[in-house]
Amino acid sequence: MNTLDITAHTLTVSAIQVIAVALGAPLLVGLMRQVKARMEGRAGGGMLQSWRDTLKLLRKEPLSPDGTGPAFRTAPLVGVAVGAVAAGAIPLAATATALGTGVDLIAVVGLLALASAWLALAGLDTATAFGGMGASREMTIAALAEPTVLMAVFALSARVGSTNLPAIVAAGAADGSRLASPASLLAAVALAVVVLAETGRLPVDNPSTHLELTMVHEAMVLEYSGPDLAMVELGAAMRLTILLGLWSSLFIPFGIATGTGLGPLALGLLVFAAKVAVLGTVLAAGEVFMAKLRLFRVPELLAGSFLLGVLAVAASFFLN
Amino acid sequence: MSANPVGVSFAVAGGFVLVAVIAALACPPRARAAAVGAFTAAGGAAGAVAGGFALAGHTWSAQAPDLLPLGGLYLRIDALAGVFVAVTGVVVAVAAIYGIGYFREHGSNRVVQAIWPCFALALLLVPIAASVSTLLYAWELMALTSLVLVCTGHGAETLSAGVWYAVLTHLGLVAVLAGLVWLAAATHTETFAGIAAASPGISPSVKGFVFVLVLAGFGSKAGMVPLHAWLPRAHPEAPSPVSAVMSAAMVNLGVYGLIRVGFDLLHGGSRWWWLTALLLGALSAVYGIIQAAVATDLKRLLAYSTVENLGLILLAVGAAGIFQDSGQPLLAALALAAGLLHAATHGAFKTLLFLGAGSVLHATGTRDLDELGGLRTRMPVTSALFALGAIGAAALPGGAGFPSEWLLLQSLIHGRAVPGATVLVMLPVAVGAVALSAGLAVATFVKAVGTGFLAKPRSLAADHAREAPVTMLAGMSLAGLGCAGFALVPGLAGPALGRAVAASGLAGGQVAGSEVAGRLTALGSALSPLLVVGAVVLAAVILRAALALVVRTPRRAAVLWDCGAPTLTARMEYTATSFAEPLQRVFDDVLAPESDLDVTPHEESAYLIERVAYARAVPDRIEHRLYLPVIHTVRRAGRAAGIVANGSVHRYLGYGFSAVIVLLVVLAAAR
Repeated sequence: MNTLDITAHTLTVSAIQVIAVALGAPLLVGLMRQVKARMEGRAGGGMLQSWRDTLKLLRKEPLSPDGTGPAFRTAPLVGVAVGAVAAGAIPLAATATALGTGVDLIAVVGLLALASAWLALAGLDTATAFGGMGASREMTIAALAEPTVLMAVFALSARVGSTNLPAIVAAGAADGSRLASPASLLAAVALAVVVLAETGRLPVDNPSTHLELTMVHEAMVLEYSGPDLAMVELGAAMRLTILLGLWSSLFIPFGIATGTGLGPLALGLLVFAAKVAVLGTVLAAGEVFMAKLRLFRVPELLAGSFLLGVLAVAASFFLN
Repeated sequence: MSANPVGVSFAVAGGFVLVAVIAALACPPRARAAAVGAFTAAGGAAGAVAGGFALAGHTWSAQAPDLLPLGGLYLRIDALAGVFVAVTGVVVAVAAIYGIGYFREHGSNRVVQAIWPCFALALLLVPIAASVSTLLYAWELMALTSLVLVCTGHGAETLSAGVWYAVLTHLGLVAVLAGLVWLAAATHTETFAGIAAASPGISPSVKGFVFVLVLAGFGSKAGMVPLHAWLPRAHPEAPSPVSAVMSAAMVNLGVYGLIRVGFDLLHGGSRWWWLTALLLGALSAVYGIIQAAVATDLKRLLAYSTVENLGLILLAVGAAGIFQDSGQPLLAALALAAGLLHAATHGAFKTLLFLGAGSVLHATGTRDLDELGGLRTRMPVTSALFALGAIGAAALPGGAGFPSEWLLLQSLIHGRAVPGATVLVMLPVAVGAVALSAGLAVATFVKAVGTGFLAKPRSLAADHAREAPVTMLAGMSLAGLGCAGFALVPGLAGPALGRAVAASGLAGGQVAGSEVAGRLTALGSALSPLLVVGAVVLAAVILRAALALVVRTPRRAAVLWDCGAPTLTARMEYTATSFAEPLQRVFDDVLAPESDLDVTPHEESAYLIERVAYARAVPDRIEHRLYLPVIHTVRRAGRAAGIVANGSVHRYLGYGFSAVIVLLVVLAAAR
């Protein structure tokens, strides 16, 4: 485990996961929008609508708003690049990923934080009130979500003795009783709340409105258009897919390929797609019945999830 | 001894500093800053070489028992001292190069220029002092020279900062003095070697008192809450190269003192010592970063970030002590290695950030983030380097602070092996503190970069800013190189860290060193910072190339969305204050901000309002609650004493007479 595990097989796993996440992320968003539309009595645009939007945006002219610089220009690329690296590191379809032994869970969390910080800088770079407002809110939420993530990481890795994702996921897949432990269940709830906050879903942020008083993520990226906007949207969709995938790999790792054959890998990929689709559907269905929290109630929600994280750690220490 | 490379480099460093002092006194004002800067930088570089040799495994000692009164001069450098000597040397060299340009334009007063190299020398002497009196001499020299440098500015702010610094640093000195003298008295020797040999024989309660005194004394230098009050005052007021050296090198020496006395001289001691250190470290980390998150003065923000980072280092040292006490030498070595690595990485990025803040101050004349902005186009190099330092301070991947905080978290995660309920409660608290400070640090430094350097300028001063002179850029670029090195290949420091940990008296140092070597691997976890950064950059480059193939139309400039109103002005931008407002609201109970709304109605009608004035300040609450009552009490006591001493000579003679009588009675009774 202490040497970089780069073989033909692990490279294949990583490459397939990156491609699957990049191609599948817009589909996941499309699926969730479709579920919401149907439950709200609308026809909806179909699962492929977000891919159609992406292709349409890519055909448009790239625009640089006045006064914006490299931070604004590079943020969409960094978002997608971070998503790709995370997809190459996290065991989604199989446990042995090429980057998994050099990019551990803390590094994945750090990379996702880097991408949001970069996008917040881009928002500030536009020098508009919207950009600054979105950046300020996004960073406040991210700053408060980070402790919960690390507490959950702590609870999960303390028992395995490693923060490397392949080790944690493989331990969970090998011993299912581990997952039903109080520590694991508490960490699962804590991390679920943070996933909602980090991906800008209800009740923390509403991805489908553009209302000044409530926007968080959308305010920050208001100045993006054309191919840049396509990359921002793709980055956000990949982030959602990765976090849902990470959550499912940590807490329901069944079906994930632990061997080296291509057959189990294909099966693992299918199971991964199914798990993320189910989680996405549940999330979308939940959002139909939920209202957005006031911005200043969000810290209370995150404090609650932090408390669950602390309890998870305590449980992992005391209940062996 | 003559062939010892450490000794030779040290002698060279001393020589250069001496030449720098002579140059300061002898050179004409025009050449003064350049000469002093060049020689001080050479001295710092020689010191860094000495530290490097010490880290490579060389040791050196010298003594001159008759040189200094009371104790004599004892010097010894080992790998632990080597870490701090090397960091100090590099920071001094970088800041001195930067100082050439800075002091030339901000006045190169003869006294200040002569004190500047002396301060550098004092910093290099503290870690190599090998006896109580030598350490105290070097410590006081460091305090006095830095005090002079802090007080070079003019105005009430500087004066107040100087008074706070002078008082707190000397209270710290008193605590260190009392602790170390007590220790020397208990062991009947004052050389460190002798104390280390004799300390197992002294009683645990004496050791405990010594540790508390030393923790308070060294902790006040390291900005430990609640003794941090001088830091956010002195750092902003000092000239920027001096702030950089104080924040990146001087505060580290507080940690050095604690490690030297706690581990090397007292051999670890009890668990409660280190639990106290861990708790205070966690408190400093969280309190420091919350204050930094709402600060709008750029240098004050950086000073509070120093409180945070030193808190993290203290937390690591505390964790090392707990692990050592619980019979987990490998974990202890790893935690201490994380602390030492963080001391070095913090030195790298904080030097860069303070020098960058100095360039901003130089170019705009203000440190207020609410007045800045738009420096990216006006000072491109400074902005890019500051951003590099900010990534490091935010502990994001690709930044200098990430590997060391990763290592610290690794050692804490394995703390489950430690028995005892107290520790099992404390370790999650420590992880929570590290995590919260990491999250808030991201918001803090997004604010610093985003409102300070990006967007539109918020004042004329920022609009007219010009790039800094070339020596200042050179200093910052060197610090930037250091940051990049720590961010990408921190593993190279592994063997040296292992030696330093072993030199501090912890078993398992060498093993920890080899674990850190190459990639960072710690007890079954592995992190390859180079791989993390390389993969992201590679992915971004591939994506950029792919987009270039898909998107054929060239990029075009466009107007910002202005909601249909006429032009957007800088007044509509988010400022640093408004950026931090949600965080301030979240931490309202901790920060207790003071706001004042003053509404002036119109003369003719109370319903028409002529003017509304709103003022808001976030004072340091600990300062208000802890220090002001003490200061008021002392002041009241002083006034009360005035009644007794009213200036009448007769009364004083009466006091003297009665004192003699009382003394005689007491003596008679005692016989």
